[in-house]
Parts: sequence; structure tokens; C-alpha cells
Amino acid sequence: MPRTALTGTRIRERRTLEGLKQADLARTVGISPAYLNLIEHNRRRIGGKLLVDLARALGVEPSVLTEGADLPLMEGLQDAASNAVLRARPDISRARRAAAEPEAERAEEFAGRFPGWAELVVAQRDRITALERRIEALNDRLAHDPFLSDSLHEVLSTVTAIRSTAGILNGMGEIDPDWQARFHRNLYEDSQRLAQGSQALVSYLDSVGQSEDTLSSPLEEVEAWLAARDFALPELERGMMPELTGEGGLRSAPARQLARKWVLRARAEAEKMPLSMVEALISEHGPDPAALAQLAGVDLAAAMRRLASLPAFENRVPTGLAICDGSGALTYRKPLDGFAPPRFGAACPLWPLYQALLRPMVPIRRVVEQQGQPARRFLAYAIAQPQRAESFEAPEVVEATMLFIPLDRLDVTPREAEVLGVGTSCRVCARMNCPARREPSMVLEEPEEGL
Amino acid sequence: MGKRVLLIEDEPNIIEAIRFILSRDGWTVETHADGATAVEAVGRKRPDVVILDVMLPNKSGFDILRDLRADADHAARPILMLTARGQKKDRDMAEAAGVSYFMTKPFSNSEMLETVRRLAGTSDEASGEGHG
Repeated sequence: MPRTALTGTRIRERRTLEGLKQADLARTVGISPAYLNLIEHNRRRIGGKLLVDLARALGVEPSVLTEGADLPLMEGLQDAASNAVLRARPDISRARRAAAEPEAERAEEFAGRFPGWAELVVAQRDRITALERRIEALNDRLAHDPFLSDSLHEVLSTVTAIRSTAGILNGMGEIDPDWQARFHRNLYEDSQRLAQGSQALVSYLDSVGQSEDTLSSPLEEVEAWLAARDFALPELERGMMPELTGEGGLRSAPARQLARKWVLRARAEAEKMPLSMVEALISEHGPDPAALAQLAGVDLAAAMRRLASLPAFENRVPTGLAICDGSGALTYRKPLDGFAPPRFGAACPLWPLYQALLRPMVPIRRVVEQQGQPARRFLAYAIAQPQRAESFEAPEVVEATMLFIPLDRLDVTPREAEVLGVGTSCRVCARMNCPARREPSMVLEEPEEGL
Repeated sequence: MGKRVLLIEDEPNIIEAIRFILSRDGWTVETHADGATAVEAVGRKRPDVVILDVMLPNKSGFDILRDLRADADHAARPILMLTARGQKKDRDMAEAAGVSYFMTKPFSNSEMLETVRRLAGTSDEASGEGHG
């Protein structure tokens, strides 16, 4: 069933799943079987009390009938379907591959009937992708790591000298005592070098093995660590530093390094924008980064980051944050319900985040709409700024920041023409005829022209 | 005067071993350890065989080999390349650059001696290119 499935179809599906006859369900909710039939074939719109009664009779929340399955889960399933494992296996016959092609159009039905299995498929998709990335990183490391290359070269050179010297002492007949002594000394020196080189290599490979157990990038580790804290660091509000190690801390050294950089910046921003100041500002103006930046004398990106890392308090509005570098790679992802930056691959190029990259230092404020049932709107603020240069010769490094806030939590009513339709990433986006589409969608029933 | 070998290598104990093996066989062995001036050293010494390591300070053995082959004076000079990198792509690169023989470390002393003899045309065996 495509993502655009209608309420009637879900009612029918649910009824069939419950083993109820149309007539029995119609009688329970006090309508005629013919009318229920029209509803189930999406020929009558329903809402209000009848929807609630039908949902109660089917044992589900009304939103399950109107909104269908959870959006991130659906996107995960669609993505998993697009990466079908069998497709890449030459040892499986073409006929079997075709038969085993996932029924992507029935993803919602699958998620509705077997939510546990659907979660498992998505979790395994995430794990496979993480493992693939890990393998790529290790391959890259083996091929290009200068330390590994130098160490192996050192070991092989030393072995060469030992083998050659030992061959001389062992198989070349009578040798002058002075030369003999010299070769013995060389053998001793080389054996020492070999021992040291081998130990260094083993220590290095051990450290690679230890970092493997995280099975994710340092960035993902930091994100998981922040997510477990609701993306807030309450210690900073009390002038303290959060504990990066220990139980619940970060396991890998690169992740701790990244987190430290993030925390130090957040601490400086918490000092310039104390919680009391931010709370008062939100009470008066709402979560407006421009007002906060002006009040605290900080740049817009700092104000956005601060608004997205506040600890829980009474008037706190949910906020999401995405940060990318000049290449467009996401370096920070704080998702919101209905607006989740993709974990893998590139995001939607229409996001104000990327529009900001095109116009550095120009603040962008835009209402965006994420597709879904219902579609959700967010007010997005974005700006791209150069990072502080270390020297005059240093290359220019740009970072773009986007804060997004659910529109229904703000006092903003945009004109329809001002609303920008966006997605998560092309593969799981059903937006038709999108000028920014870079690859075909898995969730569109008909392929678009020109793709 | 016997035949001369120029050994371009920067590992002292490998230099010592190769020098001993070849000297016993009647070769005059000269050495050079810096990649940057290796081409110049070959031009000055004009050896019968060059033994060239790949990983050298300041300039790689591959670059030295290309520079030598670009010079008509060294276009036919036998060059034995020594390397710890024995992958096909390294062999292919060496062949494309015009190597006479490609030998991976660690090597056996007899293999080294036989190869140098063959490259200089002093071996009993038929001479010809090989891939160590």
C-alpha cells in the first residue's frame, strides 16, 4: 500500500485483520453495511464520532486509521526495500531474485500487521548500513593509513636485513671474524627493531579492534550520547562540565574528542545566554533566535544552538537542529517528530540549511512542510557562517545551522504560497516533480518523467 | 676491474648484507642513500647494474626509475627494483616505468646474486626479464 493510502483502506485492512465481517462492524457502530462499504472504498469521507467509534470497535487509536503507520518506520522500510539484499547476489537465480523482490507498495500494510517485524527490518537495515560504513572506513584505513603503511614497511625491511644477514652467517662458508662480529651485531640490532616494530603494530591493530566494537562513527556515538540526555546538558547551566567517560559515557576516544569540542562551545554559549535570560525571552517573544542573538550579543548560529540545547522547563518549545559543513555533510542532527534528518546519505537539498550555504551570512527564515499524513509544518531558521580563522593563510571553512520548530507551537500563520515543501531524502520522498530530485523515489507509484 | 653495482638503499644493515654478498662474487658495490640525488649518482657512476629501493628519503624509487628511463644514457641500463610492496599494482607500475626486474623484500641471498648476475649478462643461465 503506498504512503498515500486512505483512511477507508486502513479501516478495511484492520477489519480484515481482526476477522470481522463488514456487516458486523457496521452494526457495532450503527451504520449500514453499504455505507461502511462506501467508506472502506474511500468513497465517503469520515471523521468525528463515527471515526472514533470505528477505531474503538477495531481496537486502535483513531490516528492509526487516519495517519497510518509511523512515518520514520515507513521511511525505513522503503529504504530497506530499495536496498534489497538479494538483488546484489549473483549466486541467486534471476527468477528467484524477482520473486524475492520486496513488495514495497505494501510496506504500510506490513508495518500495520507486523509492527515488531517491521521495526526489526528497519533496525537491521540501520545495522547493515552501519557495518558497511565501518568496512569502508577500515578498508580506507588499511589502504591509506600512513602509520600502518610505515609500520609494515619497517617490519619488512628489518625482516629483510635479518634474513639476508642470517643467510650470510649460515650459508656462505668461512667469514672473516671482523665481518662475523659485525653481522652478529647487526642481527642483534635488527631483532630489537623487529620486536619494537611488531609491538607497535600489535598495539595499533588492538586499538583498531577496540574502536570496532562501537560499530558506528564517532559522530553517531556523540549523537546517541546527546539523545540520551534529550540533547540538553543541564550541568552547563550550573557552570559544571558533563562527564564524558564512565557509565553512560562515550566509549571511543574520537567520539570524546568530538563531544568535548561540542560541550566547550555549548558551555561558552550557556555563559553568554544564561537559562534565566532565555526563559524570559521565550516567554515574551517565543523561541526567536534573532531576538536572542540581539539580546545576548551573539551570532545567529550560536542563538540557534542554544535554543536547541535547553534543559526541560515549563515553556520549552520542541526544537530540532541540523548542522552541516561546507560539503553539505550533516555534522549534527537533533530530530523532531515529523522532521528527522537522515542517518545515512544526503538530506533534502531544498532544506533552508542548504539554501543558506549558497548565501553565506544571509539569515533565512522559511516555513517548510514535511509530507506525511497529516503533513507537518515547521518554522525553519538557517544561516551559514565562516568558522573563526586560525590564521590569514587558513582555508575558509563554512558551517550552516538550521533550527526548526513545529509551526503549531508558534503564533505564525504563513500564506500558502510561502510554504516550502521539503522531504527527508529523495529516496523516501513522495513529492512529485521536485526540481531538486537527484534520484528516483521508492515511494512514488509511477516513475517520474526524466528520471 | 670487475663489474660494478650501484645500490640505492637507505637501510644500513640491508646495505651491509648486499654489499657483502656481491663483493664476495667479485662485484664492486657502491651505495647511495638519498632519493633526491640518486639520478645524478647513477649518471656519475654509470654502474653495470642498479639496485633501487622504492621507499627512499626525498624521492620515491618509482620517480627515480622514470627519470632514469627518460634519459637515453640510462634507457637500457639494468635496474633491479627492491620493494616491500609486492602487490600487482606495484609490479604493474614498475613495469610501466621500465624496470628490468622487480624483487620483493624479504629476498634470499641466492636470488639476489643470481638476478644481478643475469641482469649484467654474466650468468650461465639465459638472460631475460623476470618478475621476482
